[in-house]
Amino acid sequence: MDPYKQLDFFALEDQFTEDERMVRDAVRTWVSERFLPLVQAHYEAGTFPMELVPELAELGVFGSNLPEEYGCAGLNNVCYGMICRELERGDSGLRSFVSVQGSLVMWPIYAYGTEEQKREWLPKLASGQAIGCFGLTEPDFGSNPGGMTTVAKKDGDGYVLNGRKMWITNGTVSDVAIVWAKLDGEVRGFVVPCDLPGFSAPEQKHKFSLRASVTSELVLEDVRVPASAIFPEIKGLRGPLQCLTQARYGIAWGATGAAEACFSEGLAYSKEREVFGKPLAGMQLAQKKLADMATQITLGQLMMLRLGRLKDEGTMTHSQVSMAKRNNVHMALECARTVRDMLGANGISLEFHTGRHMCNLESVITYEGTHDIHTLAIGHEVSGIPAYR
Amino acid sequence: MKIVACIKRVPATDVQAKVAADAKSLDSAGYQYMTSFYDEIAVEEAIKTKEAKGGDVTILTISSKDATKEVRECIAKGADGGVILVDEDWMNRDCRATAKALASKLTEMGAELVFMGRVATDRDNASVGPMVATYLDWACVTNVVELEVGDGEATAKRETEAGLETVRVTLPAVITCDKGLNEPRYAGLKGIMAAKKKPLEEAACEAADNQAQVLSLVLPPPRAEGRVIGEGADAVPALIDALRNEAQVL
Repeated sequence: MDPYKQLDFFALEDQFTEDERMVRDAVRTWVSERFLPLVQAHYEAGTFPMELVPELAELGVFGSNLPEEYGCAGLNNVCYGMICRELERGDSGLRSFVSVQGSLVMWPIYAYGTEEQKREWLPKLASGQAIGCFGLTEPDFGSNPGGMTTVAKKDGDGYVLNGRKMWITNGTVSDVAIVWAKLDGEVRGFVVPCDLPGFSAPEQKHKFSLRASVTSELVLEDVRVPASAIFPEIKGLRGPLQCLTQARYGIAWGATGAAEACFSEGLAYSKEREVFGKPLAGMQLAQKKLADMATQITLGQLMMLRLGRLKDEGTMTHSQVSMAKRNNVHMALECARTVRDMLGANGISLEFHTGRHMCNLESVITYEGTHDIHTLAIGHEVSGIPAYR
Repeated sequence: MKIVACIKRVPATDVQAKVAADAKSLDSAGYQYMTSFYDEIAVEEAIKTKEAKGGDVTILTISSKDATKEVRECIAKGADGGVILVDEDWMNRDCRATAKALASKLTEMGAELVFMGRVATDRDNASVGPMVATYLDWACVTNVVELEVGDGEATAKRETEAGLETVRVTLPAVITCDKGLNEPRYAGLKGIMAAKKKPLEEAACEAADNQAQVLSLVLPPPRAEGRVIGEGADAVPALIDALRNEAQVL
């Protein structure tokens, strides 16, 4: 077992089954031994460690909660959540890679795809032979995806796609894209191989956040796909939004991992660092920070345990996911900022992990539904009145 | 070939040692456990041997029932099943009692090749492997860093203080595994799911009484604080003097 000690103030360890703890420990050890030694260099270079993709596949993290018959691990949703938590303890870019592959590419193929689409793509995506991306957001349409301008037109026995997508994780390194486009004014999903003529995915550079992650535009210029590329049944925004619920569930878990990583670093540092003749952790202001973080992280952990069990029971709602994503990412960002401060000047060095987490979380609080949009989703749920219409 | 990897469940490396009220044992309240480091190498070698030569691998341990997590983690890496010889006092069992119980079960299982770690990372005895081989009247090669298993025999390289020794043994044999023999694989998530379906037997442990009795257990004294001898080149003579006469390392 890895020496990394996760905060467990409310003794939640025995609330997880042996399998769930084994899955967590397997991913935790891999992240400590294989990922953390590399992340600083990749973050500085602005690259994702693609050399680790075969190991991630071998570990079984891609689409881990999908059935074994498609080459996946068939885990429950608590396990999937704990995987995200451990991956994001490493870096939000690592968790993003796995979230996109599993929740935004494999899940819609599994949930909406034809048997042919599932057989063609799921085993390849599970084994890392293929990488996928999810094209919903556009340059001018983020929080209101219904306004998208990407269009599909029926053309003989296939479709022709035109449009631009933006802020697409893994776009440049993908073999297949799930593209959402309007067909006769209605949002539809397409499984688009990235080597088709007219498809390009230039990388978006100059980010200060999620640097160890590939972010891209998707440019579709008369991309012709066969009739078999469309998801046959799912129509309207419900399609992409249900995918996002899957991914946000993983993000909410992941954010606790990032918060725990920062807390762990801040606690260790403040116990060792002496100021005015005693450890920083012995100062009242530092203890307030540690107490606040420990409390907020514990609340986040409790929320995720319950949400995971609800998802496994099949009763989780998208509003609950909104609450968890909104709360936990905001909580993680506040923890990262607090620990960055506690680390003093060291906090701006990439030799410490917290600054990297802090910059990453500025993306995580924005993508997959901004903090404000989730506020409105929760407000809608509790009041019954939608504020965004 | 019936291959068995014996593992020991040991306290995680970061636990704080605390002497129990009896002043003879450790207070294990709140301990987290892990598979002993060298035993992970033994499990890997057992699975590699199965993959190369066929057969099946069983994980064997003496422990409380709580060892299911550690045993299943080893099964998840590619073993075929596990056996826990249930002994609630496993932490305090001496090497002889442990070896006798293991040898008896290994005979019952029909083991032909047994892998163990060079030493368990808690008590540091490095004795159980050779003792098991002795009770079984088998060959034993310790501290193995390279192994080739043939038909009815094996060639092993072992680290000694004098250098690298190459040994050929006939099987059955006990091999104790050292760092460098292999790089233990990770338990994959599919393996963890598959491990749930593989047999994990809990058997009664008929361990002999301890022959070695622990009389007392005292933690090492806390390390004395460091001392700054001086600064710069002027302090070198005093430093050499301290190293020679106080620390006596020169």
